[in-house]
Amino acid sequence: MTTRIFGSGIRRREDPRLITGQATYTDDVNLPGMVYAAILRSPHAHARIRSINTDAAKSAPGVLAVYTGADTEGVLNAIPCAWVVPDSDVKAVPYPAIATDTVRYTGDAVAAVVAESRYQAEDALELINVDYEILPANVHAESAMNEGTPQLHEDAPNNQAFHWVAAGGDTDSAFASAEVVVTDTIIQQRLIPNAMEPRSAVASYLSSMGELTIWNTTQNPHIARFVTSLVTGVPEHKIRVIAPEVGGGFGAKIPVYPWEMITAFCSMKLGRPVKWTETRSENYQSSIHGRDHVQTVEIAGTREGKITGIRSVVHAGMGAYLSTAGPGIPTILHGLMYSGPYDIPNIKADVYGVFTNTTPVDAYRGAGRPEATFLVERMVDLLANELNLDPVEIRRRNLIPKFEDGFDISLGLTYDSGDYQGALDKVLEHVNYEDLRRQQAQSRGQVTGNGHHDHGHDHGHDHGHDHGHGHDDQPSATKELIGIGVTTYCEICGIGPSQVAGAVGFGGGLWESAIIRFYATGKVNVFVGTSPHGQGEETTFAQIVSDELGVPVDDVEVIHGDTDNTPMGWGTYGSRTTVISGAAVALSSRKIKDKAIGLAAHLLEAAEEDIEYEDGKFFVRGSPDRSQSIQDIALMANVAWNMPAGMEPGLEASSFYDTPNFTFPFGAHVAVVTVDVDNGHIVLQRYAAVDDCGNQINPMIVEGQVHGGVVQGAGQALWEGAVYDEDGQLLTGSMLDYALPKAHLLPDIETLSTVTPSPHNPLGVKGIGETGTIASTITIYNAVIDALKPFGITRLEMPLTPEKVWQAIQQSGKP
Amino acid sequence: MAKIPIQVTVNGQTHQAEVEPRTLLVHFLREDLGLTGTKIGCDTSQCGACVVMMNGSTVKSCTCLAVQADGAEVTTIEGVADQGNLHPIQEAFWDNHGLQCGYCTAGMIMTSVELLQRNPNPTAEQVRAGLEGNLCRCTGYQNIVKSVLAAAERMGG
Repeated sequence: MTTRIFGSGIRRREDPRLITGQATYTDDVNLPGMVYAAILRSPHAHARIRSINTDAAKSAPGVLAVYTGADTEGVLNAIPCAWVVPDSDVKAVPYPAIATDTVRYTGDAVAAVVAESRYQAEDALELINVDYEILPANVHAESAMNEGTPQLHEDAPNNQAFHWVAAGGDTDSAFASAEVVVTDTIIQQRLIPNAMEPRSAVASYLSSMGELTIWNTTQNPHIARFVTSLVTGVPEHKIRVIAPEVGGGFGAKIPVYPWEMITAFCSMKLGRPVKWTETRSENYQSSIHGRDHVQTVEIAGTREGKITGIRSVVHAGMGAYLSTAGPGIPTILHGLMYSGPYDIPNIKADVYGVFTNTTPVDAYRGAGRPEATFLVERMVDLLANELNLDPVEIRRRNLIPKFEDGFDISLGLTYDSGDYQGALDKVLEHVNYEDLRRQQAQSRGQVTGNGHHDHGHDHGHDHGHDHGHGHDDQPSATKELIGIGVTTYCEICGIGPSQVAGAVGFGGGLWESAIIRFYATGKVNVFVGTSPHGQGEETTFAQIVSDELGVPVDDVEVIHGDTDNTPMGWGTYGSRTTVISGAAVALSSRKIKDKAIGLAAHLLEAAEEDIEYEDGKFFVRGSPDRSQSIQDIALMANVAWNMPAGMEPGLEASSFYDTPNFTFPFGAHVAVVTVDVDNGHIVLQRYAAVDDCGNQINPMIVEGQVHGGVVQGAGQALWEGAVYDEDGQLLTGSMLDYALPKAHLLPDIETLSTVTPSPHNPLGVKGIGETGTIASTITIYNAVIDALKPFGITRLEMPLTPEKVWQAIQQSGKP
Repeated sequence: MAKIPIQVTVNGQTHQAEVEPRTLLVHFLREDLGLTGTKIGCDTSQCGACVVMMNGSTVKSCTCLAVQADGAEVTTIEGVADQGNLHPIQEAFWDNHGLQCGYCTAGMIMTSVELLQRNPNPTAEQVRAGLEGNLCRCTGYQNIVKSVLAAAERMGG
């Protein structure tokens, strides 16, 4: 029996070009006659533009043109918001590509220079003189709606971008009659996505044909084409968007930004190809940020630890304008997830989107679900603390029992399948939870008894993120407390049914299509509308086709990212590519098989119902020697010398797949940290993740997704945070100031899984791209707070820097 | 701006060029020589996507002027494979899923080449410490560390 290719951790087919430096990313594209654009950005968070003098810049060496908002106004339409959530009074304020009279964040475009070289374009930016009237800025989501706060947009009174409410059950009654209520304020700090590849665009306009080609660092080239058409006025069929190699996205490459529209404008004006590539500092200012919630949350429960209700009031910072999917993130993808893996009968989410003089906020890995999971799992731990219950025990009392085909939660969603208890059992057994608690008790005894603690788990990592050699502690004198965080989560992905997309105001469909084409030589191309950028679908989609049709995996090449040669698709985000696009690939494979059976029957002179298929061979039942391989069939279909009556030539199939429901991956994670009570340093000692994404096509890739996701979530808990000063200056404006996770700060992530197939997906898959990030921030946070329990500390603001921890210990007044 | 003549040997091939004194080595490699395998991920020397070997040691080519490479031998990711045969480190990154989007990969591989030259048989902790100057946002570093350890074994460290 051969090993099944579906489920094999084969090495990736995209890697050879990536490990040799032969891959082409957008900034690697060079066209004949190409010139370079650079964008002048506002140094002020809020100001009126009195005047702009571009004379000196225009006459600088190599400069071809300088454009301001006066040039683009009326030529480039406003950048649209594509997720106008209904019944929430969304203020789709004007978002011009280049500011005309007012700038609203440091990073807003004021002018663009085009020059013969990159250096000349940057030089000329320095020569543009802008006279600003500086206005007071508003930078905090929490206070943006307060009276007297500086207003960003005339059409958005009190800086309110929207107000959205979701409710299930009867929250008021649940809280009025609750035996126990616990309250907390949670701050989801603002994060910078930090795909390693900065954003870039190369635009080339062919005036004779009216055709615009844009190489673009996008996660969704077809959406980019659609929106580019709306903004530039070039008809959609005359636009070609190419997402070549894309170096990570994490949500920040979903939106359509003003910058590539400006690049297109420059090419259209000058008749030459134009390249624009941002610097990292520019990326920090002007590519979207994530999170930025202030949440006031209450949880209600019985004394036995049964959760009866949860409700929140959230102020979600949207930044200065509404980015492409901005309003959908803290609403649909956040508020509807408050039930988590629990059966909570009464839920209410009350979400205000607010404008602040900051970089626009949009989807960042997990997009709404990390914020929801954090909120739920934090409140569950607080309730456990209040009731003196173990965090595991309270979860067991509330988890939805195992189900295989549908469970309705109070907010109206139907979860597809789940075995939350099973995932929890597995992770607890793996880490030996009881033993961890014993070690913790021991550490507490030693610390509170002022004893010297032996470094049982020290992996020799730096204690903290101080870029130096952190071995300055004196181990014999340190006192370390062990903390354990346990999370059970359920998330929503495989986004999503198009009908639901319409109902929730998403400005597009969410189906996917795939074309499979067999050539005469038996080789195969698969064309998809999604656009992977590191997730490995060139490999996993080839595995699907190979598994379905018996063609060697190396004979299948997956084509994506170019709107001129791929079918329509809505893009790669929301852990949807394998779920939705992969399903389309499977359906097309099955159509190919159906046609192949018809052709095989004809060639073998048998009835179709007598044809059987196994391992790439079609044969007459009972006579396996009378067979046609899939390659034989492909040859005959392509030359079409001997086809059955009425059958078209060719071996090609196209499918459009729209999912009947979302998918709901889930899992249970455990983090073990040590906190040095003398200096507040935290070390993540262990991290174990049990994730259930349904069937796994390539377990090696699944694990890789979990590793990266967990570490990104750890970044939020321990190190990362975008900080503005009161004037709206971004203080964390470069990689010097914004602390990203580094190799030496991390342990190996212990990945495990359970497999609960999605009942409605043709492949039984659920999605894995975001689970790590969704679960890990709160798991690590809860572990740190658990470590600090002897000090009575129940909350800290992220990132959990040593200083904050040390201050809290000092202020606790406990030993 | 006045240009300065330089001679740089890159991946065994000698190039003569005239560059502005301010030209960064990474821009010279990418734009003058067309060797786009070396990437730019930041502007403050944090990310390590631009690491190349210069005279046997790694440098961040975004923090090095092209004129500083005058007379030097430079190896980029394009020069790591030996006549089409992958370097054991490249092979190990492929086998161990040591990359996802691939953008940090050139820098990671170049840094690993030097790391294993200095310490042919490192521990996981030493590999992690040695990668301190290279950022990856996709992998969580785990499979990069695994790749470097596997390469060390393959290279007989």
